[in-house]
Amino acid sequence: MAYSDKVLDHYNNPRNVGSFDKKDPNVGTGMVGAPECGDVMKLQVKVNPATGIIEDAKFKTFGCGSAIASSSLATEWLRGKTVDEALAIKNTDIVNELSLPPVKIHCSVLAEDAIKAAIDDYKKKSENVGVESKAHA
Amino acid sequence: MKLPIYMDNHATTPVDPRVFKAMIPYFTDTFGNAASRNHSFGWVAEDAVEKARKQVAELIGATAKEIVFTSGATESDNLALKGVAEMYAEKGNHIITAATEHKAILDTCKRLEKEGYKVTYLPVETNGLVDLDKLRAAMTDKTILVSIMYANNEIGVLQPVAEISKIAKERGALFHTDATQAIGKVPVDVIKDGIDLASISAHKMYGPKGVGALYVRRRNPRVQLTAQMDGGGHERGMRSGTLNVPGIVGLGEACAIAKAEMSEEIKRMSYLRDKLKARLMSSLDEVYINGTMEHRLPNNLNISFAYVEGESLLMGINEIAVSSGSACTSATLEPSYVLKALGAGDDLAHSSIRFGLGRFNTEEEVDYVAAKVIDVVQKLRELSPLYEMHKEGIDLTKVQWTAH
Ligand SMILES: Cc1ncc(COP(=O)(O)O)c(C=O)c1O
Ligand code: FES
Repeated sequence: MAYSDKVLDHYNNPRNVGSFDKKDPNVGTGMVGAPECGDVMKLQVKVNPATGIIEDAKFKTFGCGSAIASSSLATEWLRGKTVDEALAIKNTDIVNELSLPPVKIHCSVLAEDAIKAAIDDYKKKSENVGVESKAHA
Repeated sequence: MKLPIYMDNHATTPVDPRVFKAMIPYFTDTFGNAASRNHSFGWVAEDAVEKARKQVAELIGATAKEIVFTSGATESDNLALKGVAEMYAEKGNHIITAATEHKAILDTCKRLEKEGYKVTYLPVETNGLVDLDKLRAAMTDKTILVSIMYANNEIGVLQPVAEISKIAKERGALFHTDATQAIGKVPVDVIKDGIDLASISAHKMYGPKGVGALYVRRRNPRVQLTAQMDGGGHERGMRSGTLNVPGIVGLGEACAIAKAEMSEEIKRMSYLRDKLKARLMSSLDEVYINGTMEHRLPNNLNISFAYVEGESLLMGINEIAVSSGSACTSATLEPSYVLKALGAGDDLAHSSIRFGLGRFNTEEEVDYVAAKVIDVVQKLRELSPLYEMHKEGIDLTKVQWTAH
């Protein structure tokens, strides 16, 4: 299969690879997919609690090049957005930006799911400030 | 050294220049129809076909009359299974094969099941081999055919065909083997191995695509087949259709070269393959070989790089042609059924790479491939949440995943 230039670019120079401390109350972690399915995405957001703005985002992905590119792109888009703006990111936006073919749409769905899971995790944590949050894994 | 490097010789092989040279005259100068009995164009073509028939037979210890030319191993598999099933239908309706066979066997069996035949698909052990006791237990008085491949196209494991054929014969069944990946690579002897029918393909052994053969035993026992293609009654009535003379000449030449050079080639392939394996395994942790190394084609290495997904690895080594059992590389998004059959877990199937070395690979290429693969695996592991969890000591099998 031929990859689009944008997929190749993200694959060759993935943005924002890495991990934050899951226990940091300002960090939301989303982990979606399963090894048996051939794809696992971990996406993390670091939110400024005063402004509700995502100041930083990081990812690690086990999956095909399109899955890596989708999550790399997602971290770029997340930075600077508010939590609610982040929830508005749709997998179809990723499909369009990366020109993903139909067989790779599920890789973008995974990225959208990872965003939602990360934000969800952050929101849960901020609702229970002070309470030790459950490790997400 | 030139890029890209081809290391996918189980998919197909380049035509050996010597084979190509032997074929050339049969396209333009001596282009006759081997069935034309009344002029020299036909005689020349027929002579060429008969010479090739002998070359194929000699490679596998058969006689020329036992070789039926076909369009390739897919057709040979179809002809063997359907031809035997139809011919011996009065004797029984049961066929035994294995879960790791090529689709040309499995889908033919599915078709036969629809027509009322019973098919047993033997599981394989974690090493990729058929358990002989399970085969014995599956045999019934109605079993007419056992079809087990000689060498597997993904993991290269060599089945114990001599023992399998003995078990088949004890119960009066015929033994067919899809020997596509084995013939020309390792010694195959239809007498010693007790083979009644064997499928052969030219393009896996440095011959052209679109030509192959079916070995059909003529004595002890004399195997009969119902033709699956109706027409002019070529190939002693077993396979009608004007013979592909240049292709057949190419197959014959490929067999002659294989026979002459096999023992040297086995040594060279094993050396290169073992070097590749040693380099990968000494530089990377968490790599797993799929299938036994003990009974294996000398040119095959199938290896899983845990925590790295196969397609992303292929993407990083894009100037090296190899293949992966990962679902992401298949149209169906299902990981390799062969690796699944080994029971190693789908996650390792997604992480697998098949290296198929060939006659034209060099040691320099092997060194380059090893270095490149090591580099890309390390990069992708930096990106892998699974590798990170593994390093943190988390047991990935105990994690609640959100399968989708
Ligand atoms: C084991 C096996 N059987 C059958 C085939 C089909 O051969 P052909 O391409 O000649 O039809 C192949 C090749 O993919 C193979 O590896
Ligand atoms: S992760 Fe499997 S196709 Fe993208």
